[in-house]
Formats: sequence, structure tokens, C-alpha cells
Amino acid sequence: MKAAGESDTGNVPSMTTTPLEIHDLTVAYHKKPVLWGVDLVVPAGQLIGIVGPNGAGKSTLIKACMGLLPVQSGWVKVFGEPLAKQPTRVGYVPQRESVDWDFPVNVSDVVMMGRYGRLGVGRRPRAEDREAVKACLEKVKLLPFANRQISNLSGGQQQRVFLARALAQEADLYFMDEPFAGVDAATEAAIITVLRELRDQGKTIIVVHHDLPTARQYFDSLLLLNMNVVAFGPTAQVFTGELLQKTYGGRLTILSEVAQTLATNGGQR
Amino acid sequence: MKRTWGQLAWIGVMMAVAASTASAASVSDLVESSAWAQAGRFFTLQDPSVRYAVAGSVLLGLSCGLLGCFIVVRKMALVGDALSHAVLPGVAVGFLWNMSKDPTTIFIGAVIAGLLGTSLVSALLRTTRLKEDTALGLVLASFFAVGIAMVTMIQRLPTGNKSGIDKFLFGQASALGGDDVTLMAVVTTAVLGLVLVFYKELLATSFDPGFARSSGLPARWVHHGLMLMLAASVVIALQAVGVVLVSAMLITPAAAAYLLTDRLHRMLGLAAAFGVLSGVGGAFLSFVGRDLPTGPLMVLAASVVFVGAFLLGPRHGVLARWWLRRSGQARTRRENTLKSIYHVAEAEDFRAEGVTFNDLAERRRETLEDVRAQAKALEQHGLATVTREVIYFTPKGRQRAGEIVRNHRLWELFLTESANIAPDHVHDDAEKIEHVLGESVVRDLERRLNFARVDPHGRAIPGAQEIHAGKVPDGVRRAPETGGEA
Repeated sequence: MKAAGESDTGNVPSMTTTPLEIHDLTVAYHKKPVLWGVDLVVPAGQLIGIVGPNGAGKSTLIKACMGLLPVQSGWVKVFGEPLAKQPTRVGYVPQRESVDWDFPVNVSDVVMMGRYGRLGVGRRPRAEDREAVKACLEKVKLLPFANRQISNLSGGQQQRVFLARALAQEADLYFMDEPFAGVDAATEAAIITVLRELRDQGKTIIVVHHDLPTARQYFDSLLLLNMNVVAFGPTAQVFTGELLQKTYGGRLTILSEVAQTLATNGGQR
Repeated sequence: MKRTWGQLAWIGVMMAVAASTASAASVSDLVESSAWAQAGRFFTLQDPSVRYAVAGSVLLGLSCGLLGCFIVVRKMALVGDALSHAVLPGVAVGFLWNMSKDPTTIFIGAVIAGLLGTSLVSALLRTTRLKEDTALGLVLASFFAVGIAMVTMIQRLPTGNKSGIDKFLFGQASALGGDDVTLMAVVTTAVLGLVLVFYKELLATSFDPGFARSSGLPARWVHHGLMLMLAASVVIALQAVGVVLVSAMLITPAAAAYLLTDRLHRMLGLAAAFGVLSGVGGAFLSFVGRDLPTGPLMVLAASVVFVGAFLLGPRHGVLARWWLRRSGQARTRRENTLKSIYHVAEAEDFRAEGVTFNDLAERRRETLEDVRAQAKALEQHGLATVTREVIYFTPKGRQRAGEIVRNHRLWELFLTESANIAPDHVHDDAEKIEHVLGESVVRDLERRLNFARVDPHGRAIPGAQEIHAGKVPDGVRRAPETGGEA
């Protein structure tokens, strides 16, 4: 709750600690490694894109960072400490398909869920939380839809509901899983504007992205991922034909071949 | 799966019928009055057994209704079913513990058996390739089989057939005693309190468990707590509803509430009310019907509530949707008539003030009767006035007619120009679109088409000024016949 107090007043995360540090992270589904020995140190105040082919482990990486998946080995530190100690410093935008949009809630109910982590177990939302929800809805231009049931929204609007919920978390580090998937051009522009605003406030945003041309435009840094880190650095430096070829080309790299063998042989890892 | 459970239920029916013949005789001896007298006894609550039955039904309806909502929105309906069947061996063991129907031991035994069953399902899912529905079916059937075997065994014991343990299969609210109701009150109070205190956590973990966990909410604890409360609620409902049907008391009131509202807290309130209504209704029917098993009657009452919600729901209900469709059709028909009047007037370069029934009937290829009925409908909606078989637009009617014609021709033009569809293919599509195009889309279309004023068939497209000023375009000559209708 100390972290909550900090960002409530200043909104400037401490620059002294690294927002995200990953060391030797290995994650496996049914003994088949999806991420293998990932090392990463993310600098503060950047808009970072994760790109890579299907099955490269992009979503797995951020889910593992959020503690939503069991980890085979390695560790993840957020602002120098395990995430479980300070969940309010991290915000999350999951994939749109991860929830049932027929669920009996309206738009502002969903955005209010972004406040729950700060409220503490058993506490009710207060007036200031309702104000925060309103402000977040305003930011993503959904205020007129505040009382609408969430199934009566377009795909782009649903995506903006998730973004507003993440904004309501008032976190310092954000993970976003394909926030641009299946949205219209207007929503895409609105989302990137909000993300840049967050970045300019000194927050760190890590976005799983699947479109290479826009990836080059949108992100300060890129993480090229295919089971492990192919390259990580400023977009201008890593967006090269050679590195992209290394990430996307030759899908059956030695790594994924061995991973398959591990899965079929019962896995001794 | 469905069929397996159906068969299981049948086996249950047979056994219960066999088991209850012995005790039924003694019950019907006591109850010799008429149905009216019985109803009177029920509502005056003079009889202590009636009081217990009503109190028990209210309590179980409340807890089942509340928890059922979470079962429904978490898509765990089958888990509820499996849980309720899995408790039966625990009931039997609880009975055998001190050879009596002591509520506490039975409660503890049943809750343990229920949680054992659900943990077994999780274990199967973790360690095998089996999917959830199969694992649930497996555990449900095997636990229920063990339970039935044990209950039958108990009834063969010397003291067994007077024990009333057979009531656990189909439920008998009138068999509830003071101890039972006390236990029910404790559990229901706990459920109510926990739902109120942890509403936020229950909501967040039900909607998006991943997000809830990531923001530090104890999703696992909420899940385990919910399962425990669920097991406890199922068990307190057992004696009144019975193992076979108790899951329906979880699912049916909640499902009815789900059809009626789009907010979880309202759904909880409605489901609790429906649960109480079905519980008391079932108990009443059972009492009037001379101790028919309560469970099926409660579930019957709940199903009636569900059918009501299904038919009468204001937004998702069948009747509401039917009405909406009908009124939509009527509106479309009126608008088509307006359009035809416009067409007739247009053919005469808008020289005449009104349009005769005859001309309109000819244009629409309808009988005079049909035209008369439609003219009446237009009059009722303030879109036209009729004097001696001649129809005149009201300003409102003229505006709407202009809009419809504009929408139609604009859409035809859009399809031929922007979507490269042949001019003779676009009419049918425009017939539907014209009734639903909103003003903002129309503005957008007009901009895209550079405010073109002639449709693909050479007819004039009325512009915004003309429509809103109530004027109609002055004679744009008809182009040589191109085959289009509009």
C-alpha cells in the first residue's frame, strides 16, 4: 500500500530501480518449453514492443511476469522485488478473448475492477474511486458508454474498456497483450495516444504486438522473441533485416526441435 | 453425458419409490384432511413442522439462489451438479457414525465428501488428458453409486427403515426439525455475509480471474471459499430438496435472473428472491399434495419461474423480442407506403397535392383494401391525412418519405460506385438498408459520394435541405428505363 500512496501523489515512479528484470526464465506447457532461459533488463520510461512469430512465447512471457503461469526456473523482479509483494505497481491488459463479454456487468463496473487491487480485500469502492473510473473512461472516450452492458460494444470499444481498466490501476509498469488486435483504425490511434501519454509520465509499457510495420512506428524499444531473446534494444538498432530474419525465418530452429523431443520423451528437465 | 445422468436419476427414482412405500403409509395416516384445509394449515403456520418447512425453504432458497449466480457466471453449472451428487456417500457415513440423523455429523460427512469429489476432479484434470466434462461425469457417477449402495444398505439395517435417510434422495421439507433449521440458518447467514463482504472479490475473479490475480486479489482463496460455501449450501438443502435435484436449485433461479438483468448485484437479488419463491412454493405444493417429495416440486416451481423469465423478460425475453420484431415490421411497412406515395407524386413531377388510393394501389400492386388499411396506419402515426380516398403527407410524413427515398438511392449509388456492384443488383439490398441508415452514416455516405444528386437509375436523390424544409425536388426527368424499381 506504500506504493499506492507514492503514485497517488506524484505519479512518478522511482527511477533508481529497474521496472522489470528477468533472469533465466523458463516456462513450459506440459513439459514442452515455450520460453527458454530468458534474460531481460527493461529500462524505465519506455514504450516497448514484443514481436515474434506465432508460438514464440510472447503472451507466455508477460503472463509469467504477472505470475499467472507456473515457472520452471528463473525469476522475475518488478522494481527490484517479486511482483507478489507489490501487485499495485503493475497493470495488465489481457487479450480481449480471455473473458466472457456476456458477463452481467457494465462498462464502468469493469473499469472499477482496476481499482480493486488498491482497495484491499473486503473494502468497498469510495467516491474517489468512482471519480478515477470516470476520468479513465474520459481518457479512452468511453464516458458516454459508462452504463452500457459490455456485450453491446464494438471490438474496439471493448479493447478500450480493458485499457481504461488498466489506467484505473495507476500502475508504474504495464503489460498489454495484443491491445491492437482486431480494432478499427480510430481505436488504434486512440490507444497509441494514451500509451504515449503514459510513457511521457515516466511509466513503462510492454506491449505484445503482431504487426511489424506499425511496431517500428510505435515503440521506443523492441524485444524480438522466439523462445528466447533474439534481440532487445532501441527500435532503430534492432529492427534490421538480419535480426528479423533470425526471429521469424526458419521456424524450426534447433531450440524448438529439441523442445518437441523433450515433450515426446516425457521430459527430464 | 445427459443420458447417463437421466439413467442415474431413473435408478434413483426406482430405489426411492421402493424405499418410501414403507414410510408413506404412516405419513398419510396423519394427514386426512382436504387440500383446502391443508393449505390453510400451511399459511397459518400453526403446525411446528410447517414452520420448520417454510423456514428451511426460505433459507435454502436464499443460499442456493445467491451461490447459484456465481455458478452460472463462472460456467460451473456441471461442477454444482457433480458436487451435489458426490455428497451422498458422506451423508451415509455421517449417519452411520452414530446411527442417527444427527444434522451435524451428516453435515460434516457430506461437506467432506463433496470437497473430496471436487478435488478428485481437479486431480484428474491435472494428471490425465481427460477434459472437465468427462472428469465431472466420472466422479459424479461413481460417488453417487457408492452413496446409493450405502443408503440402501442402511435401510436394510434393523433401525434403518425408520431413519428417514431415504428423504435425502428426493427431499422432504416436512421432515425438517429444529436442529436442521438451526444449521441451515447458520450456513445461510455465513453465505449471505461472505457474499456481501467479498462481493468485489467474487465479481472480479468471476469476470477475469487472470486480471484479478495479477492485481493481487486472492483468486485461489475466493475459489476455495466459494467451493466450501457451495458444498455447505448443497448439504443444508439436501434434506428438503434431495441429492438428485439439488443442483437445479442452484442453477435454475440464477439462470432465470441472468435472463432478466445485466448487472451482477441485481442478478443476485433476483436469484435469491426466485430461490425463496421456488423453495416455499415447492414446500407448499408438497404439503397440500399430502407429502409428495418436496425436491421435485421446488424444482418445478423454479422451472416455472424460469419459463416466465424466458417468455416475459423485458429485453431478452421471447415476447419482448417478438414484439420488437413485429413493431419493426409494421414500421417498415409504413415506410414502404410513404415511399410509394413519394414515387407516385414524383412520377407526376410533384404537381398534384395528394395521391389517390387508386394510384397507390396500382403502384404497390395491392388491393384497395390493403391501401386503405395502410393509409389508416399512416394517419394514426401522424404521417399522412386522408380525405375522400386521397392521401396527403403531413410535414412529418413528407420528411420521413424523403429520408427513406434518399437512403435508398444513396445506398444504391454507394454500392454501384464504391463496391462495384451492378446497378440491377443493388435494389433488394437498398430495400432493407433504407429503414436502418442513421443520420451520421447518411452524412458520411453523402461526403464519400461528393454529394451526388442522381442515383444509378437516373432519379434524383433528395438532399438534406429539401427534406428538412419539407420540400421535394422539382422535376428531375426520369432517365430512360434502366430496370430499377425505385
